[in-house]
Amino acid sequence: MSAQPILKVQGLKKYFPVERGFLRRVVGQVKAVDDVSLEIGAGDTLGLVGESGSGKTTVGRCILRALDPTAGKIHFQINEQMTVDMARINRRDLRPLRRYANMIFQDPFYSLDPRWTVLDIVGEPLKLAKLASGRELEERVAHLMEIVGLESKHLRRYPHAFSGGQRQRIGVARALATNPRLIIADEPVSALDVSTQAQILNLLKDLQTEFGLAYLFIAHDLSVVEHISDRVAVMYVGKLVEVAPKERLFFFPKHPYTEALLSAVPRPEPDLEKKRIILPGEIANPADPPSGCAFHPRCQYAQDRCRAETPALREVGPGQWAACHFAEELELVGAPQ
Amino acid sequence: MDEADNKGAPSHDLAPAPDADSSIEYLSRAALIRRRFWRHRLARLGIAVLLPLYFLAIFADFVAPYRADTRLKGFKDAPPSVIRFGVEANIFQPYVYARKRSFHSKTFREIYTEVEEVKYPIHFFVRGEPYSVLGLFELDIHLFGVEDGTNITLFGTDIVGRDLFSRTTIAARVSLFIGLGGVAISFVLGCLIGGISGYFGGIIDEFIQRVIDLLIAIPTLPLWMALSAAIPIKWSVTQTYFAITIVLSVVGWTGLARVVRGKLLSLRDLDFVTAARLSGGSDLYVITRHLLPNFASHLIVSLTLAIPGMILGETALSFIGLGMQEPGVSWGVLLQDTMNFGALVHQPWKLIPGFFIIVTVLMFNFVGDGLRDAADPYSL
Ligand SMILES: Nc1ncnc2c1ncn2[C@@H]1O[C@H](COP(=O)(O)OP(=O)(O)OP(=O)(O)O)[C@@H](O)[C@H]1O
Ligand code: SF4
Ligand SMILES: [Mg+2]
Repeated sequence: MSAQPILKVQGLKKYFPVERGFLRRVVGQVKAVDDVSLEIGAGDTLGLVGESGSGKTTVGRCILRALDPTAGKIHFQINEQMTVDMARINRRDLRPLRRYANMIFQDPFYSLDPRWTVLDIVGEPLKLAKLASGRELEERVAHLMEIVGLESKHLRRYPHAFSGGQRQRIGVARALATNPRLIIADEPVSALDVSTQAQILNLLKDLQTEFGLAYLFIAHDLSVVEHISDRVAVMYVGKLVEVAPKERLFFFPKHPYTEALLSAVPRPEPDLEKKRIILPGEIANPADPPSGCAFHPRCQYAQDRCRAETPALREVGPGQWAACHFAEELELVGAPQ
Repeated sequence: MDEADNKGAPSHDLAPAPDADSSIEYLSRAALIRRRFWRHRLARLGIAVLLPLYFLAIFADFVAPYRADTRLKGFKDAPPSVIRFGVEANIFQPYVYARKRSFHSKTFREIYTEVEEVKYPIHFFVRGEPYSVLGLFELDIHLFGVEDGTNITLFGTDIVGRDLFSRTTIAARVSLFIGLGGVAISFVLGCLIGGISGYFGGIIDEFIQRVIDLLIAIPTLPLWMALSAAIPIKWSVTQTYFAITIVLSVVGWTGLARVVRGKLLSLRDLDFVTAARLSGGSDLYVITRHLLPNFASHLIVSLTLAIPGMILGETALSFIGLGMQEPGVSWGVLLQDTMNFGALVHQPWKLIPGFFIIVTVLMFNFVGDGLRDAADPYSL
């Protein structure tokens, strides 16, 4: 783990107004992201895990300013001399800085413009950043294709001529094109079949070592982030409930929600003692979160205090943070060692 | 997950024949859509019929042997001429016989009988009545005609002896181009208003959508009638024509605005659009390079499918006397002659303009369906 964080998010909030009626009166707020703080070191991977609707994508999009955050700071270190607050910088000033960070998307069928050739798609960030054009652009794109394991002779093909896994490689090549320091990968493998998932994960891992990339790797279950992450953050209804180095989080979880997610991770060796924790009910509605600890309606350890008092995210072990009143007392079951 | 690193994964799961430049992998979406369109039989038929029809309309003055208002003396309600073929001096020669008029002893209806003595050959590229070309200069060459002494009426004549074939071809110009004109205006209005609605969202969007709801809720025909009733009778044929085009597009744009807005909204949030923004693309860049190209095919389909509605609209208005007026001619105006039941029984040729309307509308629908089927698998 490297010492200096290149991304430091503090108190990030993103509320979507709920509008009703003809005059679009604001009748409420969806607190999609509610006070999230996190850090990613240069060349590190932070896994961000949570059920659907927990706000992971919104965190990723706010960090790259695809969405305007409601509140919070997003300090992104462009280079040794320069750090910008992505939350506050104006959009026009941001454009030339776009080349330092990029995104890989979940669905490889919607992330590539169907009317563009691979050359244009992968070359787009280079062109927009005015880093290359013409013959040079073509050469760089061809090189990028080879880096992500595609044949450079297919440059003039359209996305429809590629399989899902190959399209995702094209998406990776595009994200990589301008040599960024940070890549936000929003569930980059969940739309792929299992064997392709492993290939793309390995590719991302190799690229990280080769280019010293930092990843915010978003996934909805822990098994996907296990191999690629240095640290893992678990999100529930817009808030982080646990952040810890990967080993600590997997073997010594300190939050009941993490425990439940861990019990769902499939293990190669059948484990008779381990029981899968089936969470009752649905993930809470971020427009109307439960009182106190948002997890309490589904938590098997919940007590009266949980309904009344919201637990703060606090350090409960070395580098391990959890938001549970009873983090120290509870004997939670982690992954089998 | 620890299997061999698959970075150099071969592209074995591609369709076969990947290397020929003409193979499907290298075709753009537009090329694929064109390919599928031309495989659509009915769409091909539609094009094959519509193209000549439009040519006919453009060169109507030349194709028609007479002007629209020329009255053939003594030839009221005459049936279509019978064309016969013969070989004269080794030359294949179509001809007609002159016709003689008499009256039915009881009903006093005209009866036309052919005088099988003199053959009147049909000549091509003959001089006839002068007509002006785009108001610039005059010509008197017609595609075909017969010598003075008789006449040729391919579709028969109307109650005052005007040649229905000439009138139908000249009317085609009004009827066929009003659809295009109306659609062009609808297109501009639809793109503009739909674009504003989708781009700004919020209250503006809500307001525009409710106005569209309202316009769609009013039955089309009464709305058109109300609006065209407001067109001053004194206006010239051309003025009336443009007024009607605008009346038709008042309703036409709503559908298009919906298409544009819906597509803008759905495309705006697609990942490739976000990707372009995150790579540093400005709003204008994203709209022109990613959004517009991706809904062009939808627009074309909607436009094509809107044309037949406009043609029928003009016909309906003219038929009930609120659209084009004499001396202007359109297919709807011509059909006014069929309002009287007796005319239908005794002069069925007066229905021929109606046949042209049906064929045109049908063919436009074929083409529209073909375009839609061709674009569908590639739409987002
Ligand atoms: N543009 C928006 N307007 C209103 N609400 C939104 C918007 N985008 C997201 N939300 C809401 O914010 C919450 C978090 O959404 P988000 O997409 O970040 O979740 P996620 O964790 O990425 O889920 P998934 O696993 O399904 O991708 C959801 O309740 C969602 O409905
Ligand atoms: S605070 Fe209470 S409800 Fe929340 S996770 Fe801890 S034990 Fe469960
Ligand atoms: Mg998501």
